[in-house]
Amino acid sequence: MNDPILRYTLVERVMHWIAALTYTYVLLTGLAFYSPHLYWIATILGGAPTSRFWHPWLGVVFALAIAWMLRAWLADMRITPDDRRWGQAIQHYVRNEDENLPPIGRFNLGQKQFFWIMFYAAAVLLITGAVLWFPERIPWSLRALRYAAILLHVAAALITIGLFIIHVYMGTAVVRGGFTSIIRGEVSPAWARTHHRLWYDRVTGR
Amino acid sequence: MSATLRVQKISGHSGPVPGEGAQRQQQVAKLIDTTTCIGCKACEVACLEWNDLPFRETFFDNTYQTMPETAWNYWNLIKFNELPREDGAMQWLMRKDQCMHCADPGCLAACPADNAIVQYQNGIVDFQQEYCIGCQYCVTGCPFNIPRFNPATKKMFKCTLCTDRVSQGLEPACIKACPTGCLHFGTKDDMKDLAQARAQQLRDHSGYANAGVYDPPGVGGTSVIYVLHDITNPEAYGGLPSNPTVPWAVRLWKQPLKWLGNLAMIGGLIGVTMHYLRFGPKHPPAGGPHE
Repeated sequence: MNDPILRYTLVERVMHWIAALTYTYVLLTGLAFYSPHLYWIATILGGAPTSRFWHPWLGVVFALAIAWMLRAWLADMRITPDDRRWGQAIQHYVRNEDENLPPIGRFNLGQKQFFWIMFYAAAVLLITGAVLWFPERIPWSLRALRYAAILLHVAAALITIGLFIIHVYMGTAVVRGGFTSIIRGEVSPAWARTHHRLWYDRVTGR
Repeated sequence: MSATLRVQKISGHSGPVPGEGAQRQQQVAKLIDTTTCIGCKACEVACLEWNDLPFRETFFDNTYQTMPETAWNYWNLIKFNELPREDGAMQWLMRKDQCMHCADPGCLAACPADNAIVQYQNGIVDFQQEYCIGCQYCVTGCPFNIPRFNPATKKMFKCTLCTDRVSQGLEPACIKACPTGCLHFGTKDDMKDLAQARAQQLRDHSGYANAGVYDPPGVGGTSVIYVLHDITNPEAYGGLPSNPTVPWAVRLWKQPLKWLGNLAMIGGLIGVTMHYLRFGPKHPPAGGPHE
């Protein structure tokens, strides 16, 4: 009855941490190229030329991890009518009045939106990143593509940074037990019942 | 003379430029008179010789041009174009293409690497390969399609306007090699005067009513200026842009977008901190320990 429930399989955890670590690397090196005031980050990470060399490659790994997540979590990430009801009551979630929230499945609407925005932002970052990687391959007559790529790459990165701040904050500081679950994979039945009632009912067969 | 060139702009640099304004230096300029160029390519060879660049393979595409574009180890290229004139005759245009050394350099604006691109007070814009990180943002920043990437060293290269020679009081190698005197080097003011006088001569005595001086204001003027037979059609001279500017996307990226992004990132961190101080963690689930 009080046995822990498996929330993330080992494969899911590996997938998450490949994405998380590669994201952190491209975030830090990207910030170094973004502002002269943050250029010291690249120095710490082995020098700016080294950072510039690895940034696109680890960006590709990040994009692959996101593609893998899409495949693994596509069914779980579909937005349902339950999610919409939850979304209408989101102010209660923000204020920690969770008792006023309708029950939801394995992921809540915020997690699903996080996933989808990250997915589309990663696609934009991958495509624009390819242009930034090989700008000389873009013919001079199509140089508008270079200009668009530079703006979109930064804009998409800034969106992911906003999401990343919220994701890390929610997962570590606010929803206690969330961080442990993505490391060791398990949550308590009470945690599952409180935060993801419909998923709890499904996995426990109620 | 053993002058050290004073720096006035540095790429990717936080804070002021050290020693800025401590001394004044004359603005220098290269004047290229396309009307007396004979396309002999002595300047191409002189550039390779002085800068110790290996002669690379050429590319024949049914013109007299050595290759389609400048390369990381070929900074000086005569562009040839055959222009049919209204009277049925063919006009053969030759233009020495290289870095224009803009007063407002788009490459420097785009560069994220501290000190990888500097502009000296005499107007020369120079790449410092030891600080270059190979990101190629300068390719996007340049309105003249000039910076070139060496994939082996992952560094960018272009014409230096022979900073090493100019700092010692010598003219650039290309100028020294020119046999017709179509290339001139001196202060920017002198070169502008000389160019205007030549354009006037072409208009008054040679039947080129549209002759003029190319010193594009969109990039604040350049330290390489041209005399053209027809200033209304610079594109005919191997794609010289008629109104080059630093791309607005580069401006937007380096100024408003950056400050907006900084505010958003700092605002996000303050926001989650405030949320934690006001609301804190979610209450532990009822019904026992949860971890």
